[in-house]
Amino acid sequence: MKKFIGFVKKEFYHIFRDKRSLFILFGMPVAQILLFGFAISNEINNVDIAILDKADDKNSKEIIVNLKASKYFNVLDYLQSEKEIETAFQKGKVKAVVTFDQDFARNLQRPKTSKLQIITDATNPNVANTITNYINSIVVKYQMVNLQQDPPPQLVQSESRMFFNPALESVYMFVPGVMTVILMLVSAMMTSISITREKEVGTMEILLVSPLKPSTVIAGKVVPYIFLSLINAIVIVLLSVFVFQMPIMGSLFWLSIESLLFIVTSLSLGILISTLSSTQQTAMMISLMGLMLPTILLSGFIFPIESMPYPLQLISHIIPAKWFIIIIKSIMLKGVGFSFFWKETLILVVMTIFLLGLSIKKYKIRLA
Amino acid sequence: MQVSLQISDISKSFKDLKALKHISLEVRENELFGLIGPDGAGKTTLFRILASLLLPDEGQANVAGFDVIKDYKQLRKNIGYMPGKFSLYQDLTVEENLNFFATIFNSSIEENYDLIKDIYVQIEPFKKRKAGDLSGGMKQKLALSCALIHKPKVLFLDEPTTGVDPVSRNEFWGMLKKLQKKGITIFVSTPYMDEAALCDRIAFINQGEILQVDTPSAIVKNFAKQVLNIQTPSIYKALRVLGSYQHTHSIYPFGESLHYMDSRKDFDWNEVLNHLKNEEIKDVEGELISPEIEDVFMELSRN
Repeated sequence: MKKFIGFVKKEFYHIFRDKRSLFILFGMPVAQILLFGFAISNEINNVDIAILDKADDKNSKEIIVNLKASKYFNVLDYLQSEKEIETAFQKGKVKAVVTFDQDFARNLQRPKTSKLQIITDATNPNVANTITNYINSIVVKYQMVNLQQDPPPQLVQSESRMFFNPALESVYMFVPGVMTVILMLVSAMMTSISITREKEVGTMEILLVSPLKPSTVIAGKVVPYIFLSLINAIVIVLLSVFVFQMPIMGSLFWLSIESLLFIVTSLSLGILISTLSSTQQTAMMISLMGLMLPTILLSGFIFPIESMPYPLQLISHIIPAKWFIIIIKSIMLKGVGFSFFWKETLILVVMTIFLLGLSIKKYKIRLA
Repeated sequence: MQVSLQISDISKSFKDLKALKHISLEVRENELFGLIGPDGAGKTTLFRILASLLLPDEGQANVAGFDVIKDYKQLRKNIGYMPGKFSLYQDLTVEENLNFFATIFNSSIEENYDLIKDIYVQIEPFKKRKAGDLSGGMKQKLALSCALIHKPKVLFLDEPTTGVDPVSRNEFWGMLKKLQKKGITIFVSTPYMDEAALCDRIAFINQGEILQVDTPSAIVKNFAKQVLNIQTPSIYKALRVLGSYQHTHSIYPFGESLHYMDSRKDFDWNEVLNHLKNEEIKDVEGELISPEIEDVFMELSRN
């Protein structure tokens, strides 16, 4: 036990004296959460659009005013002919062009005719879709309010209600994802780097010759990072609650337990990586390519797993992050109890035991 | 005399490279034993096998009564090992390094202070300094202290003085002598021939083979050849001339001069000097000297 404490103490010296890794440890989670929360979002705001108003009547002008009045759009340009549409897009300044037909006012009174045309820059299909929907809803609202007109009767009007994230805040979706990525990265990459550093610097040679047991070395490496990752998890949760007003519907107790479990899973992955690589650089590459990318792409963080091709869906099963994201979404957004995510928890537990066992077995008691 | 280190018929290969070829050696208890050889001779490989860090392909070895393969756990408690490359934590201070190594060996600085005292007092003024900021000589002293902190029975030092200044090298050997008096068997390797003379016994190793094992004085005494030390300003030209001389057994630069051995049993060394003068090499001086350890090694590794 004395040996173990001595080892942990030494690890903390390493961590706190290495400014770079300290920065990665604590700077990155904050930076990522803020980035994802503020900058990278699917909501649209202040999108530049252009108008081609061939009608130039009272109705079209009113709609334009409505568009301008919304916080979503910003009318940048008024075009004179259809020919200018393509150049406007090519310049890349406007994301959409709204065209009013000459007979706009007349068509507005008659069903089944096109009233106005929305042309969008679909280089980013998601944004293009969102823009179209927003413009549509502004026009429909104008029709209902100003013309006292019912929505076209032949259309089925669906009314959507968004459960668990009523305002469709994208930060709700990103927080669980970012938390997963950060915990995975910090735990796996930092441990694998710190173990391979011992190999690279040559201190592993001395540790091997000492009476330290492999399990003591591994535990001594892991414990400091469990501690630091937990702090990270707390920082992320605090940021999302206080900066982004994200509610936590479920129990904090289960949130902590599950986070701890996922941290240990990631750490055992890190140890496994370190047994496979002999330099810090390889360890970092494997962590980044082998863990980060799948965690971001295949875990359901950004792309829904259901819409992936079947082989990728199969691969996503072996990615721990997928299960953890399901668990924390259940806790944070749905507020359900353990009975709803015990299966995912069990999967993580089994993965962790398997990885830990494998890495202790793979830990070399000699060089080469 | 008790045997502390027993190596029998050890071989080790790395892919196509035969690092060690059927090595056998015995080191007695409380001996200061030197393994002398150039870079790439197989010294480090042998050290790692003895420290249970590598498995030999063939053969057996015993250190302080423990088999390097089967009893590696016991063995690791009883040896001190100092790798050739400085292998302490550079971002930890001198004191933290010592404390760490004391702790993992279930010991403490106080417990074995008498053993490391002579060495430690020299680095104690810098105990708050990070190990990475120490000079080469200081680093070696710290590494030695760390290797000694658990009072090992056998101490393995792999090229401890490589890259260390001559003054510190002298000091270092002085410390080894003192440690030996405290009953520790020391197995040390070095590429420096002048350090060989400071060992009780030495073994020459080259290209994975042990060439000769004996005390330094016996090695020199039993050397049959006479050595002619030649001094001249045009050393390179002289080297070339004697390289093609009919009686030359061997010729090689030795510091600022040349060492020459003749292929005949008895020879007149003036004849050699005259030959040089005839070849228009000026200011040639020469004298017969008693061979040094390096001469013996050069001769042995020729064959």
